[in-house]
Amino acid sequence: MPTVRIPTVLRKHTGGEGQVSAEGTTVGEVFDALVTAHPDLEEQLFEDGRLRGFVNVFVEDEDIRFIDGLDSPVGADDEISIMPAVAGGMA
Amino acid sequence: MLLEDISQAVGNTPLVGLPRLSPPGYRIYLKLEGENPTGSVKDRVAKYLIEEAERHGQLQPGQRILEPTSGNTGIGLAALCRVKGYPLTCVMPENTSEERRQLLTMFGADLVYSPASEGSNGSVRLARELAAADPEVYMPFQYGNPANALAHYETTAPEIIADLPDVAAFVAGLGTGGTVTGAGKRLKRWNPEIKIFAAEPEYGDLVYGLRNLDEGYVPEVLDLDVLDSRIKVNSLKALTMTRRLADEEGIFAGVSTGASLVVAVRVCARLPEGSSVVALSPDGGWKYLSTGAYAPGDVEEIAQRISGTLWA
Ligand SMILES: Cc1ncc(COP(=O)(O)O)c(C=O)c1O
Repeated sequence: MPTVRIPTVLRKHTGGEGQVSAEGTTVGEVFDALVTAHPDLEEQLFEDGRLRGFVNVFVEDEDIRFIDGLDSPVGADDEISIMPAVAGGMA
Repeated sequence: MLLEDISQAVGNTPLVGLPRLSPPGYRIYLKLEGENPTGSVKDRVAKYLIEEAERHGQLQPGQRILEPTSGNTGIGLAALCRVKGYPLTCVMPENTSEERRQLLTMFGADLVYSPASEGSNGSVRLARELAAADPEVYMPFQYGNPANALAHYETTAPEIIADLPDVAAFVAGLGTGGTVTGAGKRLKRWNPEIKIFAAEPEYGDLVYGLRNLDEGYVPEVLDLDVLDSRIKVNSLKALTMTRRLADEEGIFAGVSTGASLVVAVRVCARLPEGSSVVALSPDGGWKYLSTGAYAPGDVEEIAQRISGTLWA
């Protein structure tokens, strides 16, 4: 099953878990399973059914904006990371 | 090379091959921006931020400059402000490295600290507040100022094209996004087939420092349309590659260089065999010695231990 890494700011919605497994073959499917298990995440991640602007999502380290968005394929052992958008740390 | 003062010594940096780190069939070259006068790529940006403001009448002689910067931009600005006669205030998170503070102080800059818990977003917030409250200061604001990307459009990329006209891909780290946006646009104008990749360091919690996602920030300078992809690199991979770069190629670079090289190696497989890839090294490793990033020992342990200060 794919795993989803949860950033510290969202862990209050996963009961403190930093890593959650969820079924699915696309990012969208995995996120559906994720918010079913942790309903509070829904409004943190989505706005009108779309990912919010300050959320970056990576599958195996690659930003899904440059793959196929929520339709990006996810392998059984893949890691999905949710990261907050920040001002460049080293500027 | 005879120059009249330090501001003329910016740019024209070496592009150095990495035959030992390049995957078989590919050539990775590293642009050594640590060779700039204050030791980083941000000398280019500092020069453009100041000279564009002078040209557009936004900056008066002797006027104070205020900027959110956790290091390189501040150091570049501080040196130029010295020779151009502007006092400077840098707003930075309180957990930035000692070397950076000492350099800034030596160049006569005033430092204002934002809380470590707010990360780099906190410096942006505080600098904006301070600038709004004081009409006497000029804030170039590298995160939103087109002069940032313009420096790379007009200087960094043309140097690469002159040295390596058949470059197939360009990789740089992501901070303000000025490097990938400016250099990327110029490279694509030269050859639309050139691929542009951004390496995004996976910062420690201290850099994220957010209470909720609504406090996130996407710099106005960053144009995602220029990118072919953005690839995240964790501290361990970045640090490991940075240390290999010293060990195998004899180049001592900062950790964000390692992050870009991880991406450069990864994307080779997407390019035709025989392709050349340019990665940009923003700085040398000198300013990060006190973090312990280069200390002897187990790299996994070190990456763990310093993840809070590595990217701060
Ligand atoms: C060491 C280092 N790496 C990466 C970057 C990111 O560059 P940019 O702000 O052009 O995105 C910077 C910017 O200062 C830097 O100093």
